Amino acid sequence: MNAENKIFEVPLYAYERSPDQDNEAAVRHPVVIIGAGPIGLGLAIDLAQQDVPVVILDDNDKVSFGSRAVCYAKRPLEILDRLGCGQPMVDKGVEWNVGKVFFDERKIYEFDLLPEDGHERPAFINLQQYYFEEYLVNRVRELQAEGKAIEIRGNNKVSAIGNHADHATLEVDTPEGPYNIEADWLIACDGAGSPTRQMLGLDFVGRVFEDNFLIADVIMEADFPTERWFWFDPPFNKGQSALLHKQPDNVWRIDLQLGWDIDKEEEKKPENVIPRLKAMLGEDVQFELEWVSIYTFQCRRMEKFHHGRVIFAGDAAHQVSPFGARGANSGLQDTDNLAWKLKLVMDGMAPESLLDSYDMERIHGADENIMNSSRSTDFITPKSEMSRILRDAVLDLAEQHEFARPLVNAGRLSVPCTYDGSPLNTADALDGPERTRPGSPCPDVKLGDDYLLRQLGDKFTLLTIDADAPESLDEDGIEVTRLALSAKADTTGMLKARYLGNEDSAVYLIRPDQHVAARRPSFDENLFRAAIRRATGKE
Amino acid sequence: MSDLNLKPNIAGADDFYAALLGAHEGLSKEDSDALNARLVLILANHVGDREVLDQALDAARNTG
Ligand SMILES: Cc1cc2nc3c(=O)[nH]c(=O)nc-3n(C[C@H](O)[C@H](O)[C@H](O)COP(=O)(O)OP(=O)(O)OC[C@H]3O[C@@H](n4cnc5c(N)ncnc54)[C@H](O)[C@@H]3O)c2cc1C
Repeated sequence: MNAENKIFEVPLYAYERSPDQDNEAAVRHPVVIIGAGPIGLGLAIDLAQQDVPVVILDDNDKVSFGSRAVCYAKRPLEILDRLGCGQPMVDKGVEWNVGKVFFDERKIYEFDLLPEDGHERPAFINLQQYYFEEYLVNRVRELQAEGKAIEIRGNNKVSAIGNHADHATLEVDTPEGPYNIEADWLIACDGAGSPTRQMLGLDFVGRVFEDNFLIADVIMEADFPTERWFWFDPPFNKGQSALLHKQPDNVWRIDLQLGWDIDKEEEKKPENVIPRLKAMLGEDVQFELEWVSIYTFQCRRMEKFHHGRVIFAGDAAHQVSPFGARGANSGLQDTDNLAWKLKLVMDGMAPESLLDSYDMERIHGADENIMNSSRSTDFITPKSEMSRILRDAVLDLAEQHEFARPLVNAGRLSVPCTYDGSPLNTADALDGPERTRPGSPCPDVKLGDDYLLRQLGDKFTLLTIDADAPESLDEDGIEVTRLALSAKADTTGMLKARYLGNEDSAVYLIRPDQHVAARRPSFDENLFRAAIRRATGKE
Repeated sequence: MSDLNLKPNIAGADDFYAALLGAHEGLSKEDSDALNARLVLILANHVGDREVLDQALDAARNTG
């Protein structure tokens, strides 16, 4: 393995002594984030862009070691656009649309994701997690250059936490010894093994799947197409499953299911891994191992993510099996949901109880992800004789009969959830499309040379389509700016299809995280003022 | 909304039953189980209606 020149070997945020370490009393910061993984970095960028000063502490000084996440869905890319790092992701990432499913020795069918038109971002890209984290760190550096108060402290390991009524206290270990700091708000993005969770004695319950997966990233010059290939019960991994997926730089992700009763250390040795990969890829294919690890997957979440002044996000709050690419994808939706709420609460523009809606909405998201990911795992790894018989019957039928293909579940790919029933929603008052009902993430629409989501930005927006409304509205300090569009000017018809449905006009109240809060056919000042109060936790 | 039909509905019941047995004839237990599974899935898809399918699952669960 020639890891020396890999970006996961280079310190990206090397330890530097902070003035806090020389201060007698613990210095208080508005927001401290534990963990410079993708979720902690994403949240920090979001807050810094809104002028909230943030300090990120990480027990390490590098990006994620080796490769974990590969697959990023459209919604997280849209969120990353708002954070100023969507473009490098898409530029470097590999786009794919075709998937093939194999059973035993046969290809049983293939599918095309057939992405819908009019979205700026593709349905999916594949990219090594270390690039993702590197782009986020680059963005942090850019914000620092602009003078934003955002700081990453490498080799700062949090070793003790106190959760108080109006702040949290932290003890931090560094190469030069420990120091203490305080935070008005402490956000734990410290991963699935979250030490914060443990230090606060909080539970993390769910299901462990009794199975192991060998995850290998190999570098090879091979002419496999840029497609997702999934095998059930292949000859090279009898009774188990396998996945092959392309990443940039000629790196290929291979997942091999190994079963439960194995010796992990033995299985990880190159002399055991290489023959398995040769059996899969063909004897003549030349490849080099970049990274090999063995995972046992779990689906679980915390009972609550919001614990007074300590809030959990990302893997620290919930964990899913990777079938369906939901980990990092859903973690970014957490921070998307949290950042604007926290900002309003910190500025005194919304009551602290607004943060309870973070819990409600993101637990809903986590449960949806856990359900989907558990179902995929149950299909891929049948848990009983009869579930295997039914699974194999589905696969046999799928080869000849189209009807069985939707039943094949090799991972249902991540889509954002709709916050149905959220206390922030105002009852739907438009005979409009289902997909843009209150609680929904706004679907993108191409508008000439631009895109709708770019124009929504990260503030409250009053989107009017062929409807009158004031240019701006101030409801008790919450500023809402109008974005006026016309479906008549939209020759593609997408604006009508996605936002008007059967109506001729519409007014939408859109939250800073680009979810719909309220919609009606026309503007009504009292009703929209009430909707703004509701969307900010004041009603 | 439609209801699961639990009244006699197959013309030539004896012939159908013989055909069902015939389909399994000579099969190992494993192959028979697989055939049954395929048959259930084919029929379920033909029915399609989730409410009817749920009623069928209940009816099967609550007998035998
Ligand atoms: C094999 C595999 C494949 C995956 N594929 C996908 C995929 O295709 N798509 C997808 O979206 N997701 C995928 N995931 C999930 C994804 O990797 C995670 O969801 C994501 O990394 C979570 O980010 P995070 O920031 O919450 O946590 P992490 O990335 O785990 O980051 C936590 C950070 O906290 C730091 N930390 C921990 N303890 C302390 C402490 N005491 N003090 C200071 N810092 C601390 C750690 O050093 C680390 O930097 C996959 C995961 C695996 C294992």
